[in-house]
Amino acid sequence: MDETEQKLDGNAAAGMLREVFVHEMTGARGACASCGSIAPLGAQDLYMSSLSPGAVLRCRRCLEVLMVLVHAGGRYRFGLRGLSWLELEEEE
Amino acid sequence: MAGATLQRRLIWRPARVTRRLDEGPRAKTLVLEVPGWPGHEPGQHVDVRLTAPDGYQAQRSYSIASPPEDHEQVSITVERIDTGEVSPYLTDTLMEGDSLELRGPIGGYFVWSTEMSGPLFLIAGGSGICPLMAMIRHRAARGSRVPTRLLYSARSLEDIIYSHELEQLAGRGYGLEVFYTLTRIQPPGWRGYSRRIDRAMLEVAGFAPAQHPLCMVCGPTPLVEAVANALVELGNPPDRVKTERFGPTGG
Repeated sequence: MDETEQKLDGNAAAGMLREVFVHEMTGARGACASCGSIAPLGAQDLYMSSLSPGAVLRCRRCLEVLMVLVHAGGRYRFGLRGLSWLELEEEE
Repeated sequence: MAGATLQRRLIWRPARVTRRLDEGPRAKTLVLEVPGWPGHEPGQHVDVRLTAPDGYQAQRSYSIASPPEDHEQVSITVERIDTGEVSPYLTDTLMEGDSLELRGPIGGYFVWSTEMSGPLFLIAGGSGICPLMAMIRHRAARGSRVPTRLLYSARSLEDIIYSHELEQLAGRGYGLEVFYTLTRIQPPGWRGYSRRIDRAMLEVAGFAPAQHPLCMVCGPTPLVEAVANALVELGNPPDRVKTERFGPTGG
C-alpha cells in the first residue's frame, strides 16, 4: 500500500457520497465559499491517504477546503463549511 | 440521461466472471455477468469487493470498460500491481465461473454519451484508456459519427490495451482517429510518437479550440495535470476539459 497522500479528482469521492446521498453528487455544482468559483464537485481536487479514514475536497482555483469527508467508527461525517451552496439537477 | 434511473440505494451485487481476456503483459479484462445491472453511462466506475474466508474485506474502484449496450455484461480491465493485495488476485487467481461482489454504477461527472455534443478528444495514459474505451465502444454501438480522436500514451507497443479493437474501429472510417505515443520502447520502424504527451502533440492530434471540443483526460496524476494544463494553455475553456486521475491505487 502506498502511504503517501494522493491527489485525485472529486470523482474519486463518488462512491462514498453515493453511500449517503440518494443523488449522484459529483455532478452537482458547488460554489466555493472562499473565492466564489463554481464547478461540479467531480472537477475539484480530492486529497486522500491510505492511512486516514477520510478525504479533503479542495477548490481547484483557490485551493481552500470545500468539504471534509470522513467514514470511520460506524458513522459518516461531512464538513461543509467551504461550500456556499450546492446545486443538483432533478433526476427523472 | 440514458441509464441514469435513480437508484435509491447503492447495493452490492454478486457478479460472475464469464470471460478472462489477456490485454498485454500486465493487464487482464474480466467480463462479469451482473444480474439486475441497472445500466451505466460511459466513464462511470464500479467498486469491487473481495471477502477472504476469515471475513477480511478489500475494496477497489475500477472504471467500466464496456458500453451500456452490453446490458448485464460489465467488463473491467485490471492492471496487475505486483505489490498490491487486490489486483494480483483479480488478474491471476480469479477464474471463469468465480464470483466477486460489485456495486455501481458510480460517478456522474466524468461521463460522455452520444447525446452530448462533440467533437470529442480523448487522452489516455496507460490503463487510463479504460473509461475512454467505454465511450469509444458506446459511440460505435450507437453508430455515432461524432468526430473523435484518441491520443493514447503507453510505455511500449505491448502495453497498449485494446489495440486490435482500436485499429478495427478506426479503420471503419466513421470519424474515429487514433494516435499513439510510446514513451519507453519503440519497435523498429515505429511511426507514431515516441515522447511524453506535450503541447505540440496535443495541437496536432487534437481539435482546434474554435471547434469547441470536449476533452476527456484519464491516466496517472502527473500526465493528467500536464495534459489538462496544456489544453487550457492552447485555448480550451477549463470546463471543456474533464479529468480523471488514477492515483497509486494500492493495487
